[in-house]
Amino acid sequence: MTDTSEPIGLNGVNVEHLLGARTALGETPEAGQFKWRVTNEWLHGTHSKTHVEGYFGLGGEHDHKADYTFESDHPLVFAAEDNAATPVEIVLTGLASCLTAGVAAVAQVREIQLRSVKATVEGDMDIAGILGADPEVRNGFSNIRVTYDIDADATPEDIQALVAQSQKRSAVYDILTNPTNVTVDVT
Amino acid sequence: MQTTTVVVGAGHAGLAVSHCLAARGIDHVVIERGEVAHTWRTERWDSLRLLTPNWQTRVPGLAYDGDDPDGFMTMAEVVAFIERYARLVAPPLETGTTVELLTRNGDGYEVVTDRGVWLCQAVVIASGGFNVPKLPPAAAALPGGIEPVTPMDYTRPQALPEGGALVVGASATGVQIADEVHRSGRPVTLAVGEHVRMPRTYRGKDILWWMDRTGLHDERYDEVDDIVRARRVPSPQLVGTPERATLNINNLTDQGVRLVGSLAGFADGKAQFSGSLRNKCTLADLKQGRLLDTIDEWADENGLDEEVEPPQRYEPTRVEESPPLTLDLAREGIRTVIWATGYEPDHSWIDLPVFDRKGRLRHDGGVVTEAPGVYRIGLNFLRRRKSSFIHGTEDDARDLTEHLAGHVGARSLPS
Repeated sequence: MTDTSEPIGLNGVNVEHLLGARTALGETPEAGQFKWRVTNEWLHGTHSKTHVEGYFGLGGEHDHKADYTFESDHPLVFAAEDNAATPVEIVLTGLASCLTAGVAAVAQVREIQLRSVKATVEGDMDIAGILGADPEVRNGFSNIRVTYDIDADATPEDIQALVAQSQKRSAVYDILTNPTNVTVDVT
Repeated sequence: MQTTTVVVGAGHAGLAVSHCLAARGIDHVVIERGEVAHTWRTERWDSLRLLTPNWQTRVPGLAYDGDDPDGFMTMAEVVAFIERYARLVAPPLETGTTVELLTRNGDGYEVVTDRGVWLCQAVVIASGGFNVPKLPPAAAALPGGIEPVTPMDYTRPQALPEGGALVVGASATGVQIADEVHRSGRPVTLAVGEHVRMPRTYRGKDILWWMDRTGLHDERYDEVDDIVRARRVPSPQLVGTPERATLNINNLTDQGVRLVGSLAGFADGKAQFSGSLRNKCTLADLKQGRLLDTIDEWADENGLDEEVEPPQRYEPTRVEESPPLTLDLAREGIRTVIWATGYEPDHSWIDLPVFDRKGRLRHDGGVVTEAPGVYRIGLNFLRRRKSSFIHGTEDDARDLTEHLAGHVGARSLPS
């Protein structure tokens, strides 16, 4: 492990550790196999609660520093109680968080000082899909737009390149832009 | 049979190595499965021309000396150039001889061919870097009724079925084939992944003239940040035509070619494409901009601004608001899929412990350190950015034969 007591500076991303991990994976690719896990429990109506406690990676189990929880519900216009954000908003949250982390990491590698990074994310959806009202309409988003407003010590082209490179290396961007096999079982 | 060095392949690289070995008085034989320049004769489509201008076509001991330095050679002209080089080098050559196995033999090596076995101290693998089409895993799931074609099978648009074509890949091969297939009246859908955009000419000079002059082509494998990545960079979207025309995605969409993201797979007879098209195009546009910035800075620092045309920037790649994510191939009238998804070298005949877990040959700038005396030439960014170009052979052949001479204990002849 890299000594994290040394100041990292700039944007606060420990990229030396990340780049070291990439080199290490060249020798032990199996260490790169991760499993991310959450558990979800129904509360009432469309309201549910998800726990995120630990994950597997680098050949072993790891705990998060705390048991993180996320609640989710449907909105009032669906005649639900709106106790929390909707699941699709949490998907957009995941996308924005992933891309912003990537922007900071890439900026660190390129020695660009960030002052502020703000993203606005908008997903278009025709609910005729989820209501089963029109079989031609898909359930999910038809389009997602992310708009970044970034203040940094860099040219507009360099900032654009940060955002482009972040998409190229983003897990959630890949998850949303490419198909994934999903298996749902009942025990 | 015994010799000091076996050179596998009599293309421009094998011949260049032979030229350098002969200059050092190192005994060798060049083994060729077909005849000189076999791949150039047999595995390239009809209209193909070199990406590099004629003035850049040079190998150790021979340079283009015709009257069209800014033109681009057809395959017949390339073959004629390499035949001329073979007459000049006059190597000890065994044509029509296929190497079936390379293995160790004591301190040296055994090269088994279909016409006998050679024992040697050193082997130079010059059998090309683009032997086998590299297909994505999705290729295995191509729906029935659609004809798969690789760039090695492809000859001309008229040999394809009538109807639409899906061209997968937008590097040099993909954009060139997409262009002529679409012009033939077979509507093309182009699946675009990572690509490298470049204008053919910039400020009145060929882009490869700039790459050469600025030293970008001479950048060494041990100087770049990430050589693994640098070796995987796709070939630039360039075409060699008498008009010196630029061929990029905007030119193709102007003609009516439809763009989709990279191919993700096939399901229920439908092709699925990534939603990342816009970013793939943005990355290439930005990268082109950085290349042109580098060129402009170099031109300014070297006082060339008065000699060449003023700087220019190009229209970003146009991508429609919502490119299709799935296409029903049959319903769209698509009859052919052309896999312009890259090539791999064929090392299947090498029985030495020199491959990584992905089957790639491990080497240090062409020196196969785990099999002392074995060398590789003619792979992407082998020793320099220009290594896979014809003119890249010169420096690589000189470096590697110098190393080889040290290995076999030969002395260079006095010049």
